[in-house]
Amino acid sequence: MSIRGTNLKIENLTHRYTAKSPLTFEGINIEAEPGESVVIIGRSGCGKSTLLHMIAGLLHGYTGTLQLDGEDVMGTSPRWVMMFQAPHLFPWMTVERNVGIGLKFAGWPKDKIRERVAEAISLVHLDDYAKVNTQDLSGGQQQRVALARSLVMEPEMMLLDEPFSALDAFTRASLQHDVRAIAKQLGVNLVMVTHDIDEAVLMADRALVMAGSPGKIVHDLTIDLDDPRDREDEAVQDYRKQLMQIFEEASMPTREAVTV
Amino acid sequence: MAKREKGKYELMARRFFNWVAGLAILLALWWLGGYLLYINPDTTNFADFGPGPTFSAYPHLWNDGTIPNAIQSSGYRLGVALLIAIACGVPLGILLGRIKLFRELSNSPFQLLRMVSPLSWEPIAVIVFLSWDQAIIFLLSIAAVWPVAFATAAGLAKVDPAWFKVSKNLGASKWHTLTQIILPAISFDIFTGIRAAIGVAWIVLVPAEFLGVTSGLGYSIADARETLSYDHLTAMVLVIGVIGYMLDSSAAFAIKKVSYHRGDTE
Repeated sequence: MSIRGTNLKIENLTHRYTAKSPLTFEGINIEAEPGESVVIIGRSGCGKSTLLHMIAGLLHGYTGTLQLDGEDVMGTSPRWVMMFQAPHLFPWMTVERNVGIGLKFAGWPKDKIRERVAEAISLVHLDDYAKVNTQDLSGGQQQRVALARSLVMEPEMMLLDEPFSALDAFTRASLQHDVRAIAKQLGVNLVMVTHDIDEAVLMADRALVMAGSPGKIVHDLTIDLDDPRDREDEAVQDYRKQLMQIFEEASMPTREAVTV
Repeated sequence: MAKREKGKYELMARRFFNWVAGLAILLALWWLGGYLLYINPDTTNFADFGPGPTFSAYPHLWNDGTIPNAIQSSGYRLGVALLIAIACGVPLGILLGRIKLFRELSNSPFQLLRMVSPLSWEPIAVIVFLSWDQAIIFLLSIAAVWPVAFATAAGLAKVDPAWFKVSKNLGASKWHTLTQIILPAISFDIFTGIRAAIGVAWIVLVPAEFLGVTSGLGYSIADARETLSYDHLTAMVLVIGVIGYMLDSSAAFAIKKVSYHRGDTE
């Protein structure tokens, strides 16, 4: 599989759902280089998932600039694919059919699909499960299938909407490691939203803290750590504390408002 | 493993035994009814309703073409009507399930039309259509279309909306979404609707064939009644029951085949 990343450029992005509804977020500025992993961290309701859906082209109605490699994002594209909180696999299909469905949509010939699907399944360590119905897999395995389904499209950017939040701690740790490793190996951009600080430190090259209502990026922290990352490492713990402090400070006005 | 296999065979054997036993009880009750008719001098003339005369009538009814011709005529009408009901019912159900305005606008007229007994359309159908055959096919279609349409719509309401988002995200066109996502996702519900449609259409078929036509299972029963051939009448009733049972079982088998939900096939 040969994948290259993309230049993501977001400038002064503002969104509201309807003309009468309040702003979801405003003045969002993000730039990411090819192959970079950006994690957006924030409390529930700050607009981070909406922002991710917008980057994916699944939501419209924004003002500002949203570009990939200098081109405006006008809708969905196999060049940037999204992984959701739940895997949302098609339960009438086997693992390999689920993984290959995007290529089928793109009109690929069957033999080429088979070849590429086998490669993607191997990347997520599910070689023995290719013919298995996805309903017979564990939650973690299902999320791996969703990952393979995204990777098979050879996307330049993967958008992850808290994809590990429903998994147990061991599975989550293993997937966090694997997703970052695969993204780095293939050079694909990651843009991920989470409210888990540990996850942000383990997966990000840069952690963007989003807070307020309407949501704003209030801090951009570069996480300069070698791979593989271990949550017990002192350096990881230092970044965790640093990010926690930024996160707490950013959330302060909201908390006070709630207390009052 | 061997214990589980043994349990499986025991369950199958028990089910088969009960299936045979149920039919045997029905046959015994039928025989008893026939016998009571026979021993009563006032009802002896009706003793041909019993199982003995009925089964004896089959070679004659088969050899003179009554049964094959009736099955062929009724089968043709039912088959065409079901095809029309599926061709209209599935798209109608998809529209009902997907388009809120259409669902809201059509709710009252569809509920009203659904509650009209299919046979009450017969006088209008006879005027509108050129032949009795066409009129009967219309009656069967109108009886069968509602179960298909409403089951399709109900199936669509259960579809995970995230599947549309995922497929759009993976580059699906509207045609792909329909053929690769919507139809497989609701195939279980469509076939459940078809099974219900077969049941309704099969029930409507016989009275619809009582008038006008000179072929079909309903006509054969009416003809046997006119000629006081009670053994032929009961034989044809039994044919209707057996074919109806086979059609329903085939539909149940198809549902089992297309179902992807764990537990549906139990």
